[in-house]
Amino acid sequence: MAKQINVFVDNRIGRIQSITEALFRENINIRAMAIQDRGEFGLVKLIVDSPERAVEALQKNNFACKQKDVLAVVIEDKPGGLYQLLKSFPEDNVNILDAYGFAAETIKGSVFFIEVKDAGQVSSFLQGKGYKILTDQEVMEL
Amino acid sequence: MATLFRDKAVESIERGALEKYQLTYLRKSVESALKTPFYQKRLKKAGISCADKIKSLEDLDRIPFTVKDDLRESYPRGLLAVDIKDVVRIHTSSGTTGIPTVIYHTQHDLDCWTELVTRSIYACGVRDEDVFQNMMTYGMFTGGLGLHYGAERLGSLVIPSSSGNTQRQLQLMKDFQTTVVHATPSYMFHLATKIGEFGFTLKDLFLKKAFLGAEPYSENTRRKIEDFFKIDVYNSYGLSEMNGPGVAFECVEKNNMHLWEDAYIMEIIHPQTGKRVPDGEEGELVLTTLCRQATPLLRYRTRDLTMIMPDPCPCGRTHRRIFRITGRTDDMMIINGVNVFPSQIEQVIMRVPEVGNNYQICLTREGALDRLTVKVEIYSKLFAGDLSELEKLKAKIRDMLKASIIINPVVELHEPGSLPSFELKSKRVVDLREKL
Repeated sequence: MAKQINVFVDNRIGRIQSITEALFRENINIRAMAIQDRGEFGLVKLIVDSPERAVEALQKNNFACKQKDVLAVVIEDKPGGLYQLLKSFPEDNVNILDAYGFAAETIKGSVFFIEVKDAGQVSSFLQGKGYKILTDQEVMEL
Repeated sequence: MATLFRDKAVESIERGALEKYQLTYLRKSVESALKTPFYQKRLKKAGISCADKIKSLEDLDRIPFTVKDDLRESYPRGLLAVDIKDVVRIHTSSGTTGIPTVIYHTQHDLDCWTELVTRSIYACGVRDEDVFQNMMTYGMFTGGLGLHYGAERLGSLVIPSSSGNTQRQLQLMKDFQTTVVHATPSYMFHLATKIGEFGFTLKDLFLKKAFLGAEPYSENTRRKIEDFFKIDVYNSYGLSEMNGPGVAFECVEKNNMHLWEDAYIMEIIHPQTGKRVPDGEEGELVLTTLCRQATPLLRYRTRDLTMIMPDPCPCGRTHRRIFRITGRTDDMMIINGVNVFPSQIEQVIMRVPEVGNNYQICLTREGALDRLTVKVEIYSKLFAGDLSELEKLKAKIRDMLKASIIINPVVELHEPGSLPSFELKSKRVVDLREKL
């Protein structure tokens, strides 16, 4: 399963810069990023090429962060691609906490990162529907 | 104006007679104090094994001070001087470290307290034809019940509206033609700003007087409120350890507060040396109860800074006046009239594993009311990474604080290491409120 790093940040100038600096100094590449804002604080969510080292680098810089499992679903890079995916979700009891994606040339499609409560179960379900779920390793190599 | 004495003999008693009276009642207080486990130990150590050892008021110096921590450590029964069946009420206040303090009252104690309050508001011109709306919180907070019973005994029509619900307060003031209110100064400002918003005008009000207390304020604030409502504002002083309101009160002169010396012996001491300072010099107010059976307190250090006014008051009362409270010798904060110690907040934060040890308390003013913001740091090792967990954590801390300090704070979560460190006690409280 793909790894996402959730970083707790104060909502003040320069904090995201500090995160990117900490990762840059360890030569870690950021592949995707999303921000959830909650007033005085927020969560920065990162997909990187080396999650373990990224957590180390961030913790060294005093950031509170946590690795989370996310679904990295490959979808077609065309109108309706995401719609088709979401339509095939089981109707009840899957609540998407957060989602973001990007088009990736290497796989000739888009990767959509989905945060759900029961990542394992939803993963099997989507695979059953014919979707490709990228592994940890595959995401790192994107 | 008609006589403003509720009890002229007591209020204008000659000083020599007052001191004789004080000595008699000091002996009684020592006698009942010796019935409590706390004072038995404390007084015997000081060589006071019976009340006869007190031969003059100068012997007061032989009695050791009592401090708030003593009350806390004696909780719940260490300072109870009567049989529990003779107690008719208690008032507890949240202690500085989570352990509360308690004051017991017999019926006699409540009667004395009520009489002091009645005497006080009578001195300010309140009469039985007045309509008295009490906007102070009822319950454990002594400000509500204290003034309530005092005004009732005077014969005024009392509206126990308690605090909050501004629209209803204004409606009651209009419908029942309230002439006197009891509130905090900040709440009076709040009322002033909300009158128009709720569709009232000053013409709807019949207000003549306001008793403002529970938080310190300046002459300037008094004038502003008087000018806005076209009323007289009277300052008062009290603390729960000394019953509550009715310890010291202004008279119609509005020139500082007569401390009722038939009920309390007052001293002003240097906070560091403990030595008495001369009248007119600032120091810490120390009080001894003279008419309380259930919980007598001897030389209690109030932590409030004030001074004794050296000149007599033109009103004819011989009970000396104290200057409006100028500060505290400890770090107590007064937030919307509620006393809060930073240590109470610290105690709560220490019980939450998901946050670190650093915290900051910010006090700001929103409109006329105080706002308390408690900033805490996320503890890295227990960070779950979910927004919903963080929201739950915030709500949990808010509820715990509310339960401990009674007021509702805003809780903010911050990054580890972003708040002033645990050792920097001075930066722990940031008070951005303009002085009232």
